[in-house]
Order: sequence, then structure tokens, then C-alpha cells
Amino acid sequence: MSSNAAAGHGDHHEVSFWQKYIFSVDHKVIGMQYLFTGMFMALIGGFFVYVFRMQLAFPGQEVLGFGTVSPAQYNALVTNHGTIMIFWVAMPVLIAALGNFLIPLMIGCDDMVFPRLNRLSYQIFLLSALIIIGSLFVPGGGFGGAWTAYPPLSANSQYSLTPLGSILWVVAVALEFVAFLIGGINFVTTTMNSRAPGMKMFDIPMIVWMIVIASILFMASVGPLIAGAVMLLFDQTMAIGFFDPAKGGDPVLWQHLFWFFGHPEVYVVLLPAMGIVAEVMCTFARKKLFGYKTVIYTALGTAILSFFVWAHHQFVSGIDPRMANIFTVTTLLISIPVAEMLFVYIATLYGGSIQFSTAMLFALAFLVEFLIGGVTGIFLGSSAADIYFHDTYFVLAHFHYTFVPIAIISVFAALYYWFPKMFGRMMNETWGKIHFWGTVIPFNFIFIPLFILGTSGQHRRIYSYENFPDLATPDMQRLRVIATTSLIVMLVFQVPFLINFFYSMFKGKKAGNNPWNSNTLEWVAPSPPPHGNFAEMPEVYRGPYEYSVPGRESDYWPQNEKP
Amino acid sequence: MGMVQPIATRRSVTGISTGKLAVWWVLGSEIVIFGGLLSCYLFFRLLYGHWSEEAVHTNTFAGSLNTLILLTSSLFAVLAHRAAEIKDCRRAFMYLWLTIGGALSFLVVKGCEWTYEISHGLTIGKSLFWSFYYTAAGLHAIHVIAGAIIMAFISFDVIKGKNLQRVELIGIYWHFVDIVWIFLFPLLYIAK
Repeated sequence: MSSNAAAGHGDHHEVSFWQKYIFSVDHKVIGMQYLFTGMFMALIGGFFVYVFRMQLAFPGQEVLGFGTVSPAQYNALVTNHGTIMIFWVAMPVLIAALGNFLIPLMIGCDDMVFPRLNRLSYQIFLLSALIIIGSLFVPGGGFGGAWTAYPPLSANSQYSLTPLGSILWVVAVALEFVAFLIGGINFVTTTMNSRAPGMKMFDIPMIVWMIVIASILFMASVGPLIAGAVMLLFDQTMAIGFFDPAKGGDPVLWQHLFWFFGHPEVYVVLLPAMGIVAEVMCTFARKKLFGYKTVIYTALGTAILSFFVWAHHQFVSGIDPRMANIFTVTTLLISIPVAEMLFVYIATLYGGSIQFSTAMLFALAFLVEFLIGGVTGIFLGSSAADIYFHDTYFVLAHFHYTFVPIAIISVFAALYYWFPKMFGRMMNETWGKIHFWGTVIPFNFIFIPLFILGTSGQHRRIYSYENFPDLATPDMQRLRVIATTSLIVMLVFQVPFLINFFYSMFKGKKAGNNPWNSNTLEWVAPSPPPHGNFAEMPEVYRGPYEYSVPGRESDYWPQNEKP
Repeated sequence: MGMVQPIATRRSVTGISTGKLAVWWVLGSEIVIFGGLLSCYLFFRLLYGHWSEEAVHTNTFAGSLNTLILLTSSLFAVLAHRAAEIKDCRRAFMYLWLTIGGALSFLVVKGCEWTYEISHGLTIGKSLFWSFYYTAAGLHAIHVIAGAIIMAFISFDVIKGKNLQRVELIGIYWHFVDIVWIFLFPLLYIAK
């Protein structure tokens, strides 16, 4: 294709812009489509949080760039912030963008097994993104019944006051599920069947394992909620009462369907993040991953256990207290494998020769911040403590201490690490480090105050605390202002990242094939990899983490290097 | 625009063809969709004994007839697979269309049944039993329609001697559609 395309404009090998970037079937282009859509949605989700945090810190005052926030708008903003950040940022970036870009490269083949199905998956995803954005502009405004969409609020427009917004919300979420089912089947099948010759099960890089386990976990947990979404849609549009007690239904049924998916979903996004951290850490600690098989078995154990914890979200929904005991036990149990993974990663660092690159800093920050998220989860997993903490800012802060490391911090580690492969150029490390500290420090200053507010009894999803004298004390208001200010600082520090990202894409220092001296197969391909990925399809002779092998001159040993 | 098949699609590390592997994963994800819906129904049935007063109105004869039709069509799907294996394209084409005929007969019976029920006031909104009845059977019917359409596309390839392996793949899917019905039939028609 590079030959003499410039010589004549009629070269039929040259594909048009539309075929190359918009309707491409190339896994890398589709991965980038997911990445950029996810980043765009993150900007929307970020703008929403800016607006409603301003409302909380300075209630009733005009918000720069938005105006005054009405209660209905506030509800729509918090609901869609959550929905967008989970379903249109975390999922597409962690699973779809990285999965699409990395799986074929890392297992040493030229594409996904079903390229056109892959394109269809993105197109459905894009449609769902357009619907969720559109739902904010329909008469009545966007859905405001929280990202969990509990009926009767979500089922009955008399309560939600968003007749169209709530319908579009359900349709968008259901379509997004379909897109990820199609994508997931592609990921799993590709990894099972298309690995490079010589790549055995335990030679597969950790991130690929994690994305595959996450895809299977998603597939196995989302089904009931797809059925539930259809049922909710029927409740909304045909006034049927699946979730309406007056018509013989049960609103708690939705909670079961939602959380049967919703809790495994936490691990669906956690596992790829864990995979990223493993790759980045081994490369920048020049160490073999400690307990490779242990991590895989632990991830599988976590995945299985995650199906038996969902009702810990419903301790105050009127479930049988004996049932609550069982779910307390399973929930506390699941902290064991997750803690084990963190320990294994710390053991990987031990004795390594650590390079504090930006990617490595983000990977280390993931461990620290996620640990706080995990530990505070123990409080919420015990039904007795949860009765007090339920629906307070403690839950919110806990949740963000898990999801920000997963969807933001680990994703930054991934972007700084794989950027040279994606775009063939290096990002600026100095600006990267400024971005790192400017993200991680304010992050803690947002959510530690919210933990304190939560323990003082501040309920979530409240438009203005001025109507609640107990919660409107100057002390509490001060904490809200600290959180909001820190958020703005954190958002401002994303500007250097965006500039660095787009500037480096075109003007950065050229990256060679393997700028970090890594072992895995994606670093064998040219940067950026051409269509078809490899000049010569690689063969694999060893596992992915053979760093600092005694007796070898270089401290890395690429998987494809002949012994 | 024809697309060159990637190397990835032609590899088979597991020894199972990529297409077959994918069909099984599709079925895996379908099982949980139907599983979720039917579990909801089952819990309600066990909780609310009075649903049997509604269930008594379902047409067991139509249900049985459709069971027979679907099982027969599954037999044709197997025969189509066998014909495809010995590369007897014409026979495979014929059996595929007999299977599609089964799908259409199933839908005709279903259509008559629902028309009668709806005209007698047994609509999706009448009570929760009927909501489940129409949702579950409707979701299943969508799968029947989708299967028939895909089968038609495959048959036109098969008659030209192309993509014969797909006969087996659609057969696997068709058996799944059949098995879902085997669950729906007792739950909606026999349990009175």
C-alpha cells in the first residue's frame, strides 16, 4: 500500500478515509474508535460532575458554563454521570479499546477472528452513546432516577417526570450490553483459537487473560439484566407491572437483576485494570510477575465468587436478615482473592530495579488507592455497618476509591505505556509526571472529605443540603467546598494530559518497536503496527515475563526470540 | 466489497473451528438471558399460587402442536447437517428449507393462538402471568424468526456449494431454540 500510491490518484489499493477510519474492520482502528469515543464520553461525564459538585459546594449559585442547576437537572446529571462513566467510559476503554488493540497484537495474530462482527459491535456501541447523549435533550430532560434505575422511579413516569428520558436510558444501556456481548465473544474466541504457534495457555500475557476472564464474566452476568431491561421497558411503555406491586410485581426483583449483573460488573472492569498493572509493573520493575498462575486462579476465583455477593447492595431493601448474613460472609470472602492479587503485585516489586516512569507511577498509585477502596468495602459488606452507611457519601467515596483507580488511574498507566505502540511516538514524561501528581493528589482530596461527610450521616443524591439543617453545618459545607475545589484542580490537570496526548501523537519523539524493552509480542510489531500487524507472524518460545533472567546479558527476553 | 479472511480466523489452536466456538459462546450468553427471565417467572409462580387461575387459560393443544413442530424441524436440521457433511448440497438445501418450514408453521400456530387469546382479553397487560407468557414466548419467537432468516441466507450459499460448515452451526443454534421451548412448554402450558 505504501508503494506508489502517491504517483497516481487512482491507485485502487488505497482505501478511502471512510474505509480506513470510519468503517474499518481493522482491530486497531476499532480499538482507537472505542478509545476516542470513551475519552469523549469521559469529558461529558467530567463536565457533569463539575456542574453538580459546584451545586453542592455553592448551592443555588450560577455554575460557570452551565447556569443555575434545577433539582431535575441535578438528578439527571448525577444519574448520567454514573451511567456514562461506567458504561461509556470504563467499559469501552478498559475492555473494548484495550482488548481490541492489544489482544491480536499480544497473542501474535493479524486481527480478531470476526473483524466485521467487531465493527458491528462498535457501531452498536456508538448508537447507544448517541442515544444516551440524546436522552438529555428530549422533552422532560434526561433520566434522573440514579444509575441503578430502581423502579418504581424508573418504571413510572408519574414519579420520574422524564417519560422519554427514562425510556431512552434503558434502550441505550441495553444496546451497550449487546455491543459488549458481541465484542466479548470475539475476544474470547480469538484468544482461544488464534494464538501464535508455541503460545501455550500460560504464555498468554496477563492483560489478555484478564480481558478474557472479564468478557466471560460479563457474558455470564448480564443476561438476566438484558431480560430485566426488556421487562423495565415494557413497564415504562405498556404500563405492565413486572416491578409494580400494585399489579402483582415486585420492585426488589429489579434490584436482584440489576445487582446480579452490577456486582460482577465491578470485577469485569477491575480485572483488566489488574492486567494493565501487571504488564506495566513487570516492565518497569524488570521483574518476572510473582505467581503468574496464582494471579490467574485468583482472578477466576474472584469471578466465580462475584456471582454470590450481589445482595449486599440490598441490605436495607427488606431482604431476609438471614439472607443478609449469608451475603455478608460471601462479600467478606471476596476481599481475600482481591487482597491476594495486591500482595502478589507488591511481591513482584520486591527486589526489582524500579523505573519511575509515568506509566509505573500510575500503576503504583493504582495499588495504593485501590487498597483504600477495598478496605472501606469491608465496612459496607457487613450488613450491620451497612445499615448505617447505606446511601451515604461513605458508599460514594468507597465506590470512587475503587472505580477511579480502575477506570482513570489504570487507564492512564495503560495510555502512557502503550501510547508508543498506538501512535508510534513517545509522550512527554515530564508533563506526564505533572499530570500524574496533579491527578492523584487532588483525587484523594476529593474523596477523603466525602468519607468524613458520609460517616457524619450525609445522604447521597440530595440536591441541596440547605433544606437539612443537620447536614448544612459550616463544618460540613467546608468539606464540600474542599471536595469541589479539589475536583476542579484535578480536572484542570487533565488539560496538560490532553495537550501532551494530542501533541505527542503528531510531534512526539519517534518510538522504536520496543521503547520500554518489553517481552510481549506487541513490541515486536512496528510502531504503529500496519494493517496485518507483523511483517512475519511471530512464534513464541517462552512466557511473557522473563525479565532479568540470570546468566543473560540483556535484562529482557522477548517471547518470540529463538532460544 | 470482498474481505480477505485474516490469518486469525483460519487458526484453530483448540482444534474446534472458530465458528463453532463462537456459536457456543453465543448460546452461553443466551442461556443466561432466558435463564434470568425464566427464574423470575419461576420465583413468582412458586410465590403466588393464584397464578394457576390464569395459567389454566393457555392452550395446551397449540403448545403441544408447536412442540411437535419444533422437534420435527430439529430433526430436519440434523438431516441437513448430515447431507452437508457428505457434500450433498441439494439435499442439505432441501432439509434447510424443511427446517425453515417448521419455523414458519410454528409461527403460524403461535399467531393463531395469540390472536385468539388477545381477542378474548388475555393481553400482555391482563396480569403478571400473561406479561411473562408473552414476554418469554415473544423473546423465543424472535429467536425462531432470526434463526429462520439466517438459515435462508445459509441455504443460498449451500446450494452453490459454499460455506457448508455453516449448516452445522445454524443446526446447533436451532437445537438451542428448540431446547428453550422445551423449558417454556411445561412452564407455560402444562403447569396449570
